[in-house]
Amino acid sequence: MRAIRADELQPTTNPWAIESQDLKVRAGKYLAVRGLSLNLGSGVHGLLGPNGAGKTTLMRTLATVIKPHQGQLRLLGTAADDRRGLRPLRRRLGYLPQNFGYYPKFTVRDYVEYLAWLREMPAAAVPGAAQRVIERVGLADRADAKLKSLSGGMLRRAGVAQAIVNDPDLLLLDEPTVGLDPEQRVQFRELLREIGQDSCVLVSTHLVEDVVAACSDVLVMDQGLLVFQGRPADLVDRGRHPDGVGDSPAERGYSALLRQHRSAS
Amino acid sequence: MSSHVTAQEMAAYVDGGTGVDFWALEVHLEKCAGCRDDLAKAAAPSLDPLLSGAHTAIRAQVATGPAPVPRRRVRVLAQRWTVWSLMPWTLTTAVALVAATVLDQAFPLRPSLVLLLAPVAPLSGLAAAWSARADPAWETISGTARFGLELLLGRTLVVLATVVAFLGLTGLYLGRSPVMWLLPCLAFTSATLLLGGFVGVERAALGLGLGWLAVVVAPALVTAQLPVLVGGSSAALIWGLTALGLGAAALLRASDHQQSRGQ
Repeated sequence: MRAIRADELQPTTNPWAIESQDLKVRAGKYLAVRGLSLNLGSGVHGLLGPNGAGKTTLMRTLATVIKPHQGQLRLLGTAADDRRGLRPLRRRLGYLPQNFGYYPKFTVRDYVEYLAWLREMPAAAVPGAAQRVIERVGLADRADAKLKSLSGGMLRRAGVAQAIVNDPDLLLLDEPTVGLDPEQRVQFRELLREIGQDSCVLVSTHLVEDVVAACSDVLVMDQGLLVFQGRPADLVDRGRHPDGVGDSPAERGYSALLRQHRSAS
Repeated sequence: MSSHVTAQEMAAYVDGGTGVDFWALEVHLEKCAGCRDDLAKAAAPSLDPLLSGAHTAIRAQVATGPAPVPRRRVRVLAQRWTVWSLMPWTLTTAVALVAATVLDQAFPLRPSLVLLLAPVAPLSGLAAAWSARADPAWETISGTARFGLELLLGRTLVVLATVVAFLGLTGLYLGRSPVMWLLPCLAFTSATLLLGGFVGVERAALGLGLGWLAVVVAPALVTAQLPVLVGGSSAALIWGLTALGLGAAALLRASDHQQSRGQ
């Protein structure tokens, strides 16, 4: 339960949370995203792809950490190269990086409140919001423990807490399920579905079963290009193809897709 | 049903019992505000037990629940404006300034090392305060609203305050006018912020620092003469104007720092 602000009820003027046209992004000198056209609205979208497919570079671009090299990108209706619009846009973003660093001496509460402050939440709302998200990710009993004393899975959950503290309209999670035990992963999927009801959530992951269980939409990237976009059921359907290898229908569908794409290119 | 709901019918409806035409009664309730009031009176739970129940429940939660988190203003302020990576740098600068002071005192006829080093004293701090390598949470914070000139200026102020405090102490000890070291210090800080918008703060600090050491400090040490730019009386005006101009330019180019560079 939370209070609804007046601006949340206003109709949005942008049809998609993420709109990109022929997006190209460099990672160093290497062109990691090579012409990606994508429209994503609200819901939970799973981003799959092998190592080096450009997933993390894409996530960093969408989080406004790095600039696109070429192409059009609009996030929540704001052009990514609009310097004046960047700050209001960033207030509405949540981002969990893949290698998310932290200040070891901060407690979980310090860390979440610091990120809430960085995202310009009203000062009066910060302590309450921080406590709420810490409870939501199941870290309430460790809220005042130093980050360096936490296990890998707990750290990851603290990272998720900072990403959702400002109720973002666009939430980007890069490998959020690494280090979570099976029970926590089930709880995490539940959390994703809740957030995905009214915001756009993009989850990058290697775990095909996470995507099938929690996502309303699947994207598959390979070599910087979008190979597939569809429902999880479509991915499972592809698993009937003889090319697929894997233990579950979705894994077979995923590997069949990649093989077909590679043999075609 | 054209007449109003009778007390009997209402009681039966509230109890959910039989003997009343629910459908017709609800159609009437939709149109008749008076009967809706009657329904509210008949169906409302009594207020006193409700309030006292809530009261006991809240008191029980207050007694058994976790204690409220105390206010931590100082801690929060310190966390917002400092980075842990600044600690080693602070120590290094302090040691360098102490060494320069000792040398100045031992050899009063040689050019003053404190004055020669004052302009570049804040640069290593700036480089540490705004660096993807030195700041562990860089990736997380670099996509947030306050990232950019606001956070950079806050950290710059912390660095400057530290350096100025050290320089002030040595200045007092050696009896030097603050104008001679404070203005160059500010000018180099502004220059680093402005240049940092184009090439990154770390590279800007490195370039400016090495340039100053090569062009001014090394010749001064070799010739054993303090350059006019450092010790001269008219130099203060030049340094002041430079600091002001570069500072204004850095503020105008604020949006350069919004997205991180070097990757």
